[in-house]
Amino acid sequence: MTIATTYEVLLAVMVLGLAVWIVAARETFAAAEGFVAYGLLLPLIWVRLGSVDVALAEAAIGGGLGGVLLLSAAARLRSTEMAVAAARPGRTLHLTAAIFSAIVALSLVAVVLFLPEPAPTLAPTAVENSAATGLGNPVTNVLMAFRAMDTLLEKVVLLLALVGIWSLAPEQLWGGRPGPRHEADPRGVLAFLARLLCPLGIVIGLYVLWAGADYPGGAFQGGTILAAMWLLVMMAGLTDAPEIIRRWVRLTLVAGPGVFLVVGLGGLLLGNAFLAYPAAYAKPLIVAIEIAMTLTVAATLGLLMAGPPERRV
Amino acid sequence: MTEFFTGALGFILVMLALSLVRVLRGPNDADRMMAAQLIGTGGIAALLLLGAVTDLPAAVDVALTIALLATFASIAMVKKGSPRLDGVGQDSTEGP
Amino acid sequence: MSVALDVVTIVAVSGGAFFFLAGTIGLLRFPDTLTRLHALTKADNLGLGLIVLGLLPQAASVRDGLKLLAVWFLVLLAGATVSQLIARVARQDGPPG
Repeated sequence: MTIATTYEVLLAVMVLGLAVWIVAARETFAAAEGFVAYGLLLPLIWVRLGSVDVALAEAAIGGGLGGVLLLSAAARLRSTEMAVAAARPGRTLHLTAAIFSAIVALSLVAVVLFLPEPAPTLAPTAVENSAATGLGNPVTNVLMAFRAMDTLLEKVVLLLALVGIWSLAPEQLWGGRPGPRHEADPRGVLAFLARLLCPLGIVIGLYVLWAGADYPGGAFQGGTILAAMWLLVMMAGLTDAPEIIRRWVRLTLVAGPGVFLVVGLGGLLLGNAFLAYPAAYAKPLIVAIEIAMTLTVAATLGLLMAGPPERRV
Repeated sequence: MTEFFTGALGFILVMLALSLVRVLRGPNDADRMMAAQLIGTGGIAALLLLGAVTDLPAAVDVALTIALLATFASIAMVKKGSPRLDGVGQDSTEGP
Repeated sequence: MSVALDVVTIVAVSGGAFFFLAGTIGLLRFPDTLTRLHALTKADNLGLGLIVLGLLPQAASVRDGLKLLAVWFLVLLAGATVSQLIARVARQDGPPG
């Protein structure tokens, strides 16, 4: 067994062990904390497999935002957890869930291990045709040019999820500010960190967006980093969550899919198909769409994490 | 050089695994909050070495992202979902 | 010249690995939360710094090297401040145990 295989096995065992711990954890909050560690550890596996774009997305969404979402949910449930602890699902239910999960996991393993060699893939075709848009990163090419329809619809799905969360607000609070007003000592450690870290984070987020053209990165990862920085500033009490009825909030949320749709319809009218980019303007159009999408993803994810409106002022 | 980096990577991963076991077992919440910080340092060290081993310079971008998001997650954990940072208030400027 | 750079890399990365070892031993053996936090932030951060220093000579360009330094600076900043906050939570959770 070479050294290389050893560390790969170690990494796999670590991640699997962490996953088992998360499932077995007694307290939901502890499991959420473990999930954050899990989401931040998984990018190592993605990088080992050569998928740096996925590693970026996993670190940003899985570890950062996803983990924090579970943390807030677990924190809200904490006060009632003792009361429902007595009503934990019985052994039969646990066993059934375990069996079903094992079946799904084994099916996935079988599918991956028994793929024909070489596995059927369109990757070489996608790489060959990168000259069509002039972008160097084949992942961005697939996302923005070859499967642009999927990307457009994903952003619409995000928007629908946000509307779903907003609909949890009581009638009289519709249009108010999401979440409680966070307070922290303006001369304290948290405010200091937010003031210093967030400008750096914004620069890094914009860099990841810009690098997505030719290197791993892209609008989604960049937008997620921006959303995390916005949430950090809100958590430090340096700014308040906006009222969701404000026009600039609404415009930012639809900017991404809106620009995407306009370009797509333009392709229909001036070109040969919906979302067909004219050859000469492909790259500038894609960059424009990506910038709009970054703003939208940042706003949408930030507001998703902030929750339904809880107050008026 | 690649073999050396691979050996260092394996070593760091073993350290990370041992630390992770200890941190997640910790009796308090505060112990488990260190998990995100641990990955923020140990995981990033492993990632940078992994980037050198697999010759992927973009791994540094992932390291930047993990650094930012680990901090963000740590702060979310510390606040435990409450709008006030418990224990900050008046005593944040006191001390040695 | 490249031999000298390789030597620097090996020495620095080995030093970094040593500090990670020290930090992990501290994490495993120290008696309570605050001391374990100390081991984590001081030793592991120093280990990361030495590893970054070791990878700098191998960086492909100045920009890549600057990115490595940016990672280290970020981790230092975050570690220093977040450890303060975690320590507060630890102090609140009760007497050292």
